[in-house]
Amino acid sequence: MGGLEKKKYERGAATNYITRNRARKKLQLSLPDFRRLCILKGIYPHEPKHKKKVNKGSTAPRTFYLLKDIKFLLHEPIVNKFREYKVFVRKLRKAYGKSEWGTAERLKDNKPTYKLDHIVKERYPTFVDALRDLDDALSMCFLFSTFPRTGKCHVQTIQLCRRLAVEFQNYVIASRSLRKVFLSIKGIYYQAEVLGQPITWITPYAFAHDHPTDVDYRVMATFTEFYTTLLGFVNFRLYHSLNLLYPPKIDSQAEDELKPAEGKEYAMDSESYLERLSALSASLARAVAPTHEDEVEVDEFPVEGETAELMDAKKKEQEALEKHKKLFEGLRFFLNREVPREPLAFIIRCFGGQVSWDKSLCIGATYDATDPSITHHIIDRPRLDKQVVGRYYLQPQWVFDSVNAKLCLPMADYFPGVLLPPHLSPFVTEKEGDYVPPEKLKLLALQRGENPEEESEEEEEEEEEEEGDNDKEEEEEEDESEKEEEMKLQKMEEQKMEEQKTQSKVLPVKVTAGKVRLEDKQRLEQEQQSEEKRLAIMMMKKREKYLYKKIMFGKKRKIREANKLAEKRKAHDAALKEQKKKNKKARQA
Amino acid sequence: MEQPSPSDGSAELGDSEECDSEECDSEECDTEECDTEECDSEECDSEESSVYSGLEDSGSDSDSPGSREEEEEEEEEEEEGHQEDEEEEEEGAPGSPSCPQTQAKGKRKSLEDDSPLEGKQDLVVHDEYEEDSSDEEDIRNTVGNIPMEWYQDFPHVGYDLDGKKIYKPLRSKDELDLFLEKMENPEYWRTVQDRQTGAEVPLSEEQLELIRRLQRGNFGDVNFDPYEPAVDFFSHEVRIHPVTNRPADKRSFIPSLVEKEKVSKLVHAIKMGWIQPRKPKENVPAFYDLWAREDPNSVLGRHKMHVPAPKIPLPGHAESYNPPPEFLLSPEEKLAWEQQEPSERRLNFIPQKFRSLRAVPAYSRFIHERFERCLDLYLCPRQRKMRVNVDPEDLIPKLPRPRDLQPFPTTQALIYRGHSSLVRTLSVSPSGQWLVSGSDDGTVRFWEVSSARCLRTIPVGSVVKSVAWNPNPSICLVAVAVDEQVLLVNPGLGDRLLVAATDQLLDSWEAPEEERIQPVRWIPASPEERGKGIRLLVQHDKPVTQVTWHGKGDYWASVVRNPGGRQVLIHQSSRRWSQNPFRKSPGMIQCVRFHPLRPYFLVASQRSVRIYNLLRQELTKKLQSNCQWISSMAVHPGGDNVICGSYDSKLAWFDLDLSTRPYRLLRHHGRAVRSVAFHRRYPLFASGSDDGSVIVCHGMVYNDLLQNALLVPLKVLKGHSPRLELGVLDVAFHPQQPWLFSAGADGTLRLYT
Repeated sequence: MGGLEKKKYERGAATNYITRNRARKKLQLSLPDFRRLCILKGIYPHEPKHKKKVNKGSTAPRTFYLLKDIKFLLHEPIVNKFREYKVFVRKLRKAYGKSEWGTAERLKDNKPTYKLDHIVKERYPTFVDALRDLDDALSMCFLFSTFPRTGKCHVQTIQLCRRLAVEFQNYVIASRSLRKVFLSIKGIYYQAEVLGQPITWITPYAFAHDHPTDVDYRVMATFTEFYTTLLGFVNFRLYHSLNLLYPPKIDSQAEDELKPAEGKEYAMDSESYLERLSALSASLARAVAPTHEDEVEVDEFPVEGETAELMDAKKKEQEALEKHKKLFEGLRFFLNREVPREPLAFIIRCFGGQVSWDKSLCIGATYDATDPSITHHIIDRPRLDKQVVGRYYLQPQWVFDSVNAKLCLPMADYFPGVLLPPHLSPFVTEKEGDYVPPEKLKLLALQRGENPEEESEEEEEEEEEEEGDNDKEEEEEEDESEKEEEMKLQKMEEQKMEEQKTQSKVLPVKVTAGKVRLEDKQRLEQEQQSEEKRLAIMMMKKREKYLYKKIMFGKKRKIREANKLAEKRKAHDAALKEQKKKNKKARQA
Repeated sequence: MEQPSPSDGSAELGDSEECDSEECDSEECDTEECDTEECDSEECDSEESSVYSGLEDSGSDSDSPGSREEEEEEEEEEEEGHQEDEEEEEEGAPGSPSCPQTQAKGKRKSLEDDSPLEGKQDLVVHDEYEEDSSDEEDIRNTVGNIPMEWYQDFPHVGYDLDGKKIYKPLRSKDELDLFLEKMENPEYWRTVQDRQTGAEVPLSEEQLELIRRLQRGNFGDVNFDPYEPAVDFFSHEVRIHPVTNRPADKRSFIPSLVEKEKVSKLVHAIKMGWIQPRKPKENVPAFYDLWAREDPNSVLGRHKMHVPAPKIPLPGHAESYNPPPEFLLSPEEKLAWEQQEPSERRLNFIPQKFRSLRAVPAYSRFIHERFERCLDLYLCPRQRKMRVNVDPEDLIPKLPRPRDLQPFPTTQALIYRGHSSLVRTLSVSPSGQWLVSGSDDGTVRFWEVSSARCLRTIPVGSVVKSVAWNPNPSICLVAVAVDEQVLLVNPGLGDRLLVAATDQLLDSWEAPEEERIQPVRWIPASPEERGKGIRLLVQHDKPVTQVTWHGKGDYWASVVRNPGGRQVLIHQSSRRWSQNPFRKSPGMIQCVRFHPLRPYFLVASQRSVRIYNLLRQELTKKLQSNCQWISSMAVHPGGDNVICGSYDSKLAWFDLDLSTRPYRLLRHHGRAVRSVAFHRRYPLFASGSDDGSVIVCHGMVYNDLLQNALLVPLKVLKGHSPRLELGVLDVAFHPQQPWLFSAGADGTLRLYT
């Protein structure tokens, strides 16, 4: 046999991967620099399929990068900038050490800087790619913009983050692209749809941060560095897509309106401009005057069959969307001072409403609390002493729930001091077999246009509940038809038991023998089928059986959880009813 | 505090130095005066002296003479300019006592000595001497700078300059004397003791004043005014006259060469383009339309390989600030949540309910979560994983429906009760009419299959390990393994002729002429035993675990529990002859079978099955079972397939034509498989297990060699209740009908039809 001896680990998977340390040495960078480079360039470790082979027989835990990625990093101009910066720091230190202030000054003047434009372009070759990855960028910018101006990171970064976040919010208002909002215990989630891409971000509640010690702010700052660049370019493009000026200018008309309200100079002009922008109460100036004919009417093509149906559905959807965008059109809101101003102003403006607040609360208030044209007064305290006739006093959750429901919800549930209905997440779409909270069912009914009659008497309520139960059972039945037979059988039994129970409740002794026999036949069939299945499962290969068991385990767990939630709810409702009855009795007595 | 010497009472103690220096300064000035200018320019001198003395006093109290000299030098240098002119004149004057400047610098003291002016201030000069010669201020006591305690016990305190002892004053003063002195002596309060001489010295007024001043923190010198108006030489006001009359340097008139050199270097560098003006900061906007020209070519291959980071999962109802009540955790759940590892928790927060938005606090882990997300983005290895999006139904193999594979036993039809202990073994007669079972209660029972009646019971006295009905329908004989014996029993059931023929067959044996050595003894039954039906006893030397008949019904084999020795014996009942086929034993033998068609003998050891050709006396095949411990074995009536049950609850199907490895390993049972059986006519096989169930499978073997056997589980038959960890101990099929018998540890036999 000729040829060279082929050594181990010089071919195949081992040559495609490189450990982090070796990559670092190849790039001649320190670990922090390498980290920064990876963050900026979006290089992430890869998990090899056969870790031991790649690790040259060792099982020590290591992070592996693709060799191609590292080679790609090799001719990145920023790497050189990092080195230059290192040299710069060294020189500066030297100059300071020798007290050569002139040199230090000169060095500082020539401080090497780098731009991330090309990296943004390279990572996101198309605009849509950039939009897709905007979630984290927005969340981070919104977080950084709430940081205090001291410590933790550069003031310029914080200011830039604030500016970009406000710009983005203004864009969302101008384009009316907000779709969903959610008040969670972590913060407020927003979801906007920009160019067909859902963009979700979270903002913390407006409180001072308790800065944790076990967080490396340098990592976050590096991310923010990239994200601000990305967001800036995205904002530019978005503004231009709407013919808005960038950097944003407040509409001159609106500006005039704002000016007299201020009275005297509020702050430095540059600062107050951003503040006025961030007040979110004024519309933005456009480069080209908007014309109403802009909106393109979709031409109708003659279509048949399924496509026509599809088109119809699409059209309907479009109409619903348009309606949703104009949800608060014509409504005038006033925010009381205890209400979080920024989120609410943002949301209301996103859906066409007008909003104002107390002049002393923030710059940008357009009308006063005494304005008679106010239709909705958002208030978050148990009661208000002086109520003005002709407007609704509502809790802030109404705004959020209405936006998620895509319609103005009945207001009775949201009056001040009233126990609020649960606030549901708009991001959950229940699939078959999932647990659906009854509130959601009610909401769906409302959306469908059915108006569930107001329950006035307890009997009615009970009846309704029973109906609800029946509905649920029916639904369960529907679900089961798709589920596997085994489940079905169990459920059937349960259901039967339940039915018997309910029957025994309603009509104590009316179980006919014939019926049972009929069911038995069906049951026999099912039993047979389930047994067939069980036998077939026995013949499965080991790997498939494992997979099957895993899937079934997941399914079963899901069902279990749903059942648990339903049970909990039932118990809760029962307890509530009991309480009510007691109260009633007490009142009667 | 230093003590003043008694001799110069006028001299001040603390002040002495200062005074001295002052005096000395004035002295120096004087000397200068006399050195430099005979014609007293009084004003100038007095000015200088006042200024310098003031400075020196404040600056350095304990200036050493050297440093003072330096200052002197400076002064002199300054003055040099205008002194030079006059120098010649001075030298020209012969009678003057002055010396050249150089001398004055080095030997000032000698100069001073010579000066005639000194005569005026003799005392002062004397003092100066003292100060110059030594650090000490007075040397009345010559002991030096030692602790004076050393002289505590002596009458003297030291020696004076002449070497005489200085005696302490008579110190016979006691407290009373002291008191009296205190009362009487008005000077007492200002009297101090000179430690050098031991004498008591009253302090003068000046000294007291000095002490007071120092205590107040004032300057020692009474005349010193610390708040004198400062006279600045270099004020903002332009003076007509120069402060010094020193002529300007030459270098201030001619252009500097060094500068010229530097400038020319810079000019050269600029010419060569080495130095360039600082670039103005470009004022380009930070953001522009980056995606103005979206180039489809810019989408690199990298982007196709890119694994985008998964988005953060969207919040569910539980995360709401006001969730539906069912999403709140109960106290137990909360406890469980707290006890879980943070990585194991399904929710990374505890759902909470707030009455209003106003009450919602800040989320303390917000920054943490963002940071963790950052870490995930750049540290987490990413791998494209194919999501198994399979319908679990698709995973289930498509098998023919059992309904289409009928007939097979489906229901339990009969239970044969009678044994009082677990039934270890059973066998069906070739006619399918009778059933024999052996139990731990020491009996062998014969049953009628169709009626479940026990027809005969033969007590054998010990545990029956194995029974086997002769498969030849023309012989009615049952082999029963009890302890070390194998009994050949004629049950006397069925056709009388058959029974008689069997007896005749056994009795027709004639002892051979020459006795051959046999591993066992064939013992004809005693009449008593014969009454029970036993015809022959085959006495082995070790307990027998299994007996099995050859298909023809003449030969049978027995397995002996004899590890290491001979374990398998083949017997011929008609000739009452036994032989040991193997010289060596292949491990512990679990089970043996005769091949139904060919002269093969299958021996199952613990983990493998060996197939021997009896005619050619060689090993034909060795099957690897992939099981830990084979319990039982059955051969397909076609002869090409073998199944093995094992104690690790597996059932291995071997296709002898295919491989020596199992064609299929079936893990149907939850516990050890005790026995397996093939049906003689139908494509069925069954396995009985310790979990109390019998599983009937369809095992279709095709004549076409290319088609593998089709195995379909048909039915799980349950009936036996497990006892003592034992369930079904033996299974057997009915020879003609698709019926199945099973023997269980609960002491019953069951028939499934």
